Amino acid sequence: MTEEQRPTADGGTTDITGSIRGQITACLTRSRIRRLEHAGLGIAALLTLAMLSFLLLEWLRAYSGGATLLYSQFLIIGEWLDFYLGTIVFQVPSTWRALATAVVIGVVAPVIGAFLIHRQMALIGETLAHTAFAGVAAGVVVVAFTGWQGSIILFDLGSQGALLFVALVVSALGALGLQWLSDRSQTYGDVPIAIVLAGSFAIGTLLISWSREFAPITVDVEGFLFGSLALVTTAGARMVAVTSVLVLAVIAVYYKQFMFITFDEQAARVARLPVDRFNTLLVVMTAVVVVGAMQILGVILVAAMLVVPAATASQLARSFRETIALGILAGQAAAIGGLLFSLLAGLPPGGSIVVVAIAIYLLAVVVSNRSPSGVPAY
Amino acid sequence: MNPAVELQNVWFAYDNHLAVEDVSLTIEQGEFVGLIGPNGSGKTTLLRLILGLERPDRGTVRLFGESARSFEDGERIGHVSQHATDRGAAMPVTVREVVSMGRFARVGRGRMREADHQVVDEALATVDLTELSDRRLDRLSGGQRQRAYIARALASEADLLALDEPTVGVDATSRDEFYSLLSRLHHDGLTILLIEHDIEVITRHVDTVACINRELHYHGDSVSFLESEALSEAYGESHGIIHHDHP
Repeated sequence: MTEEQRPTADGGTTDITGSIRGQITACLTRSRIRRLEHAGLGIAALLTLAMLSFLLLEWLRAYSGGATLLYSQFLIIGEWLDFYLGTIVFQVPSTWRALATAVVIGVVAPVIGAFLIHRQMALIGETLAHTAFAGVAAGVVVVAFTGWQGSIILFDLGSQGALLFVALVVSALGALGLQWLSDRSQTYGDVPIAIVLAGSFAIGTLLISWSREFAPITVDVEGFLFGSLALVTTAGARMVAVTSVLVLAVIAVYYKQFMFITFDEQAARVARLPVDRFNTLLVVMTAVVVVGAMQILGVILVAAMLVVPAATASQLARSFRETIALGILAGQAAAIGGLLFSLLAGLPPGGSIVVVAIAIYLLAVVVSNRSPSGVPAY
Repeated sequence: MNPAVELQNVWFAYDNHLAVEDVSLTIEQGEFVGLIGPNGSGKTTLLRLILGLERPDRGTVRLFGESARSFEDGERIGHVSQHATDRGAAMPVTVREVVSMGRFARVGRGRMREADHQVVDEALATVDLTELSDRRLDRLSGGQRQRAYIARALASEADLLALDEPTVGVDATSRDEFYSLLSRLHHDGLTILLIEHDIEVITRHVDTVACINRELHYHGDSVSFLESEALSEAYGESHGIIHHDHP
């Protein structure tokens, strides 16, 4: 097979017909695909670094008053964008904060998702989102009863940040509980998970209704359910940045082990890998990513960010490494595309991002020669 | 030299169902042992006990002289399981990625170095999968996939290779090639434990046969096995066998 012939999914080569798919596949030789992928990853990396530096600069500015020059560059770019697009949102820091959060989520969610979807653990993401909702509600109650303003040691999280923090703790505990449950039932089975999923959401709604009588904070329930740009506070954005960097670092260090356990848990046990510890780590990291992504995507849709870009990547990828890479590209495209659409059309970000993600997935299904039945997502 | 596998008076039950009854068995290093028995005879359970995945209710299981349960050198064991316990059907992984997994137990937390990649290349070459190494696993035939799993065991430089009915669903020609490969590996010093329920395969290829149906009915060389009563005892009277000549 030469480099010009398009490899098909079954390893053979295909006759190039006059159809549109034929034209596309004729263009996309293996080497070109690789170059496109590298270019895409390069852009994604630059974007992510740029957004992370925005958040870092904002932090520096707040704590030491410096770095103002670099920081204002972002706002100047925003003014240009507003000028050309006829909008008013890009010159405002909160928009950049939301964009930064979306970009980072677009990287970390598909990376974690790749390890979840192939083990039918995607439902875990959904469950942890509901647990996080209960966590937010619990946070409201905690704040109401203790008068906690959101300061921990040297950090001031603010009132919204306080809620997020409690949500993080509750979600992490939920993750450990789920892990404990599934260890007892041998699989990540339906019933215990369904109970935790529904139960935590139910408790959340009860707590929120009850707390309305005495809580000083009004919880933007709709915002937490569907995602809201207004929810992305400085504390929230920083939380996403810090936790995402940590999660990505852990995955980078333990990539081999996670891949092995995802592929064949039993063989991993025979090879004496500490499988249970890694499973726990994976579930806790999922909880952390979910709480971060929940701000923009909302409780109901956040799990989609774990599943859809990773599923898109699985359609097209020829190796697991490529699955991660393509997942990042698909995730960022969805996050940025969806967020821009939501900004320009004034629609909720969660739905916008997920719709774009699914559109990309469907495109991948059409372009690949593979049937979409391969990945059991739920 | 410690025997590769040593079971002493091992009993094991799932809930109330006795799967393994007072089995004592020793596999010396360098042996090629066939474990045979009818369906449901406890072969896979015995393998799980040997691999340290289960703890015996009574008796001891030793791997290379150590208790199997607390045996830590996972890289010394290669395991080719019965059904695909892996996600090869759905997950995008290349043959090379799968074979490299065998190396992870040796590499640990660090990165794969040049020497590690070379071992992976050699493993692929031994099983004759070098040309297919960048192909997705689910695009391989059953026989090719099983060879990939053997390569995974070779990449970890295993001393013991345990295979559980590895040629189910593999065509006859591939099967012959597969067993020739096992013979070659055995001649190179690998200890092999092969579970099969096809009696002909076992007696043709292995030195030693262990016949189990909850209890150990026979443990000795394959020629005498056919002439003994063990088959009838283990399988029951109504079994048939195709006679063939032994060299």
